[in-house]
Amino acid sequence: MRSARALISALVLAASAATSSPLLAEGDPAQGEVLYRPCRACHMIGDGAVHRVGPHLNGIIDRVIGAVPGYDFSDDLVNAGADGRVWDADALDRFMAGPRDYFPRTRMVFRGVRDEQDRLDLIAYMLAEGGRSDSAVMDAANIAIDPEVATILAIAGDVPYGEYLSSECTACHRDSGGSDIPTIRGLAPASFIAGMVDYRNGTREHQVMNTVARRLGDEELAALAAYFARTE
Amino acid sequence: MTINRRAFLGTSAALTAALATPMIARAQATPRVVVVGGGSGGATAARYIARDSAGAIDVTLIEPQRVYHTCYFGNLYLGGFVAYDDLGHGYQGLAANYGINVVHDWAVGVDRDAKTVTLASGASVPYDRLVLSPGIDFVDGSVQGWSVSAQGRMPHAYKGGTQVELLKAQIAAMPQGGTFAMIAPPNPYRCPPGPYERISMVAHHLRENNPTAKILLVDPKESFSKQGLFEDGWNRHYSGMITRIGPDMGGAVVEVDPTAMTVTIDGVVEKVDVCNVIPGQRAGQIAFAAGITDGNWAPVSAYDMTSKIDSNITVLGDAAAQGAMPKSGFSANSQAKVAANAIVAALTGSRAFPARYSNTCWSLLDTDDGIKVGATYEASAEGIVSIDSFVSQVGETADVRAATYRESLDWYEAITSDMFV
Repeated sequence: MRSARALISALVLAASAATSSPLLAEGDPAQGEVLYRPCRACHMIGDGAVHRVGPHLNGIIDRVIGAVPGYDFSDDLVNAGADGRVWDADALDRFMAGPRDYFPRTRMVFRGVRDEQDRLDLIAYMLAEGGRSDSAVMDAANIAIDPEVATILAIAGDVPYGEYLSSECTACHRDSGGSDIPTIRGLAPASFIAGMVDYRNGTREHQVMNTVARRLGDEELAALAAYFARTE
Repeated sequence: MTINRRAFLGTSAALTAALATPMIARAQATPRVVVVGGGSGGATAARYIARDSAGAIDVTLIEPQRVYHTCYFGNLYLGGFVAYDDLGHGYQGLAANYGINVVHDWAVGVDRDAKTVTLASGASVPYDRLVLSPGIDFVDGSVQGWSVSAQGRMPHAYKGGTQVELLKAQIAAMPQGGTFAMIAPPNPYRCPPGPYERISMVAHHLRENNPTAKILLVDPKESFSKQGLFEDGWNRHYSGMITRIGPDMGGAVVEVDPTAMTVTIDGVVEKVDVCNVIPGQRAGQIAFAAGITDGNWAPVSAYDMTSKIDSNITVLGDAAAQGAMPKSGFSANSQAKVAANAIVAALTGSRAFPARYSNTCWSLLDTDDGIKVGATYEASAEGIVSIDSFVSQVGETADVRAATYRESLDWYEAITSDMFV
């Protein structure tokens, strides 16, 4: 294990010596891969990664914040990118420690990774698996939408029906706030539908949401997405 | 010619009538919905009807209390996890944000022919559609020796509010090594996991403050909601503290003496320090006054929650006999939205959508150890039927249980916003 870790770190260092933050060298990508499992529910990484609930993370290292095409980022992230800020190791470390402490209006619902070494391991894994913003993996990344999501996105959502259906959501989802049950108002249709499809398929696990999603057909998801996109 | 008093009054009256007539005509053209009961069913229905009709329906909410204390999370207050004031919610938002006419009075009668509700003050409120969401009352004689007049010594603490405060004070005053007894209710009753979450929360309080105290749970039922999860939790957190007497041990043959503070189980007398009597339940009194009950509850259509006896009346929440949904605040809130859609559609011609219901009940076993059960439902000719369900599992990780508890906190904020904000 020790030698594998050293080897990967050495490779990473060799590939990125010029711009590397010291933080990048301190993580164990193998350990990071294990830690990344819960992240996978929302963020795809590696070959064939596409946007799901969250943006894909191919080429995340040194990528301009809130700027990858095809994903609807919160204003906080868009503004940071417009200011020229990038996801360097330091930014990733701070964001993962407490997403809302770093970007208060981020739509990412996640409490954060408390342990510093865990964050370093995650960053090492994201570098190994997703590469840098200018890497081949990034070029190969297809930003096309998942076909099931695309089918639902193509349906013209019935907004009044969506509003009625949304009353099932509002028993638990507030208009604002909520740390473990996030707000869903103003969510971009692609993000909303991708998340609900994952719950419906069971690829993202949550007892309540899996049960709620299993009885929502494509028409219902399109209606809800159209309604929530209109709310702010 | 001088204007005498009679002529003056006559002119004045005529003038008033001339001015008033068009206003009355306008008021009568706006359909009137009267909602009785400002809890999870009634407050949600009033809010959704007023919001979705955007002024096209005149909504009056009749609720005696100015501040509503939720029954749910009352157990967390007993356990010391939330403050009493956190459970209180006012009606100002419904009046200010949606123009709902909130009347703080008791509804004591319904004239279904004249379509009016009579208030304790003597006033009469006309309706086109009436929504009754009165919650529960207790069945007389359900527990031998107990009546509502004994609730000061042996509280039910099952309608929220001051009774829950009283029970907490009694638990705090228990002598070291004393006995807390609960007489659990027979089916069907409000909040199926509620008595057992309460046992957990009382045990939590006692473990921290009175660790040699005992809990005696007298239960007329063979089994209860989330039983395996509760019993697993009690073994892990409160080993040796809780004794459950089921019907096989005489739990259904119980008598209490509020003066002597004794519980007699199948002839055996137990002296107790606190006795929480949760009696058998029936629909709130106004449902009986309206003459829309069959047995202890008010039967309704699963398609829109209208009474099977009077289609101008909708019954929500605990009071309704609807089929498979548990009697819970979450269920009442879910039913209210289906009913609101149907009522607004019937009165304004807006679109009606098919009924769809859901419920989730969270319970707390101990610090950061939350569990949940829930289901989705749809309407059928036979009543509301469950189409899918889930329940927490024994052996879940501490992280899952802590997350479940945190979710319940967010849910509480959301549902009370959905009712009152």
